[in-house]
Amino acid sequence: MTTSRIELTGIPIVKQLLVSRWLQWSLVAATLPFFVLAILTGLAGTPAGSRNFGIVFVWIVWWALLILVLVPLAGRFWCAVCPIPAPGEWLQRRALVQPREGGRLFTLGWKFPRRLSNLWLQNAAFIAVALFAKVILTTPFVSALALLLFVTIALVTSLLYERRIFCRYICPVGGFIGLYSQLAPAQVRVKDHALCATHHDKTCYTGNERGYGCPWLVFPAALDKNTYCGMCAECLKTCSLDNVALYARPFGADLLTNNGRRFDEAYRGLMMLAGAPLYTVVFMGPWAEIKQAAYAVGSPNWWGYALGLLALMLVIVPGIFFACAALARVIARVQTPARNFFIDYGYAALPLGLGAWAAFSLSFVLTNISYAWAVLSDPFGWGWNLFGTADWKWTPYLAGGHPILQIPILLVGLVASIAVALRTAREQHVSQRAALPIVAFAVTFTLGLVWLYV
Amino acid sequence: MMMTWLDTRRQILIAATTLLLLGAAILVPLPIAAAAPQTHTIAINARTFAFEPATVSVQRGDTVKIHFESLDAEHGLYIDGYAVNIQAEPGRSADAAFIADQEGKFKFRCSVSCGALHPFMIGELSVEPDLPLARASAVTLIAAIGAVMFFWKD
Repeated sequence: MTTSRIELTGIPIVKQLLVSRWLQWSLVAATLPFFVLAILTGLAGTPAGSRNFGIVFVWIVWWALLILVLVPLAGRFWCAVCPIPAPGEWLQRRALVQPREGGRLFTLGWKFPRRLSNLWLQNAAFIAVALFAKVILTTPFVSALALLLFVTIALVTSLLYERRIFCRYICPVGGFIGLYSQLAPAQVRVKDHALCATHHDKTCYTGNERGYGCPWLVFPAALDKNTYCGMCAECLKTCSLDNVALYARPFGADLLTNNGRRFDEAYRGLMMLAGAPLYTVVFMGPWAEIKQAAYAVGSPNWWGYALGLLALMLVIVPGIFFACAALARVIARVQTPARNFFIDYGYAALPLGLGAWAAFSLSFVLTNISYAWAVLSDPFGWGWNLFGTADWKWTPYLAGGHPILQIPILLVGLVASIAVALRTAREQHVSQRAALPIVAFAVTFTLGLVWLYV
Repeated sequence: MMMTWLDTRRQILIAATTLLLLGAAILVPLPIAAAAPQTHTIAINARTFAFEPATVSVQRGDTVKIHFESLDAEHGLYIDGYAVNIQAEPGRSADAAFIADQEGKFKFRCSVSCGALHPFMIGELSVEPDLPLARASAVTLIAAIGAVMFFWKD
């Protein structure tokens, strides 16, 4: 399936920027000090999360930027500038900017186990973070330890394995960024597949004097979805045929192809979908018992909360969706296994999921982002006033009016999900009525969120 | 598959009808008779990190008088959408009064940094009838039906 696309690298300045080795390095160098400060303030700053740079800038400012701007508009762009894998990658390359000869990497070069070369490890990592989210997102010291743990794992895997194994297979955030990046109106793709077929060196994958082989273990000629493309632009630098480009495209273009659909991705989409109302209840609801249970790690109440979270994210929501997919199969009157229907229609849940997370994040961020002004001036909570904003009071923005923004976002997600579900039925060459159980699921889910938000 | 002129016309018609119905669901006044306004005096206690009661329900037009007490440390009570922001600490309570003239659900939050879960110390004021919820639900259903019709290909 081809969709209309505009080559952004046709603009000379864009091309020059992307093939420059300095661009990515500069952006990582810009994010790294904030990241280091987030860890330092977490370790040494005030334990009050709302007064600590580490909590406010990571879990409110960065999160807002990621889920409301970067993922919907630029896909995995964040992954290209993320500071977490940077130390490991620089050690692996033994270089900061210019590559060593032939893009050589200094690592033991182990192959990552085939059995783990999928989303399941990332799914497990996300669940682990979700179980302790209430503590990680509110306790600066624990938040800093979590960030340090991520950096350490990224560093160790960089030294043992080839390329960016942490980003590709372990990062708990990367899994959902990848899934939702399929909706973004930007993509890195080869220009002419026939030309790739004639290119024996495959420098985009092996690397050369201009750059490294794809850090994400992706062969660009086989790339037809954004899911595993880190948008680092190494392939633009290393392609000796100038056959890779950055394109603008319609939103959600990746959902128009049924190539490469997988159970782990579909399941992750449903896990994420379950996470949005769960986080809304745990963070923004009026139910103090649930919040305190989520915070009291190890207590009997926490175990109850943990079991509930696991049941909802791993069994209940995916299970209900599986039942809808099985019903779709019955309506379609085909012998295809219900599992295949679950996989195909699972991608229809992605726009709904991104809409749900954006709606949740909007109320979370608008309510709490004003803490950022004070912590800018006093990142450790030690009484500093660097920029004269330390005394700026907490002010929830658009208080009482969040649904005015949340409902349209939810509706855009719902409408896009319905469009993908109907299209999936047509792709399967079955009656479009087969998509109606999926539509019913999406509408019921949206109404549940509407009840939570309005 | 090429789209014919008839298909395009059908889709324009569906989109226009859906938008019209959405507008109606948002704007049309609903004939719900309001009960005679009452005055409620509500005692809200705050402790780390919860309000008691956590949910408060009144009718539109009611006068709400809040007596706010803190049981352990300094806490605040900020009500989204209403100009209420009071603080209390043990031994020093606070009072506020307002007319519940906006329908819907409004969060009330602690406005004094009181610890790790402070940003999530939240309660809910429900002003009935909850017309925003009814309208938002109607909008969701209309949008869903419109989307099914719009994207359905013969």
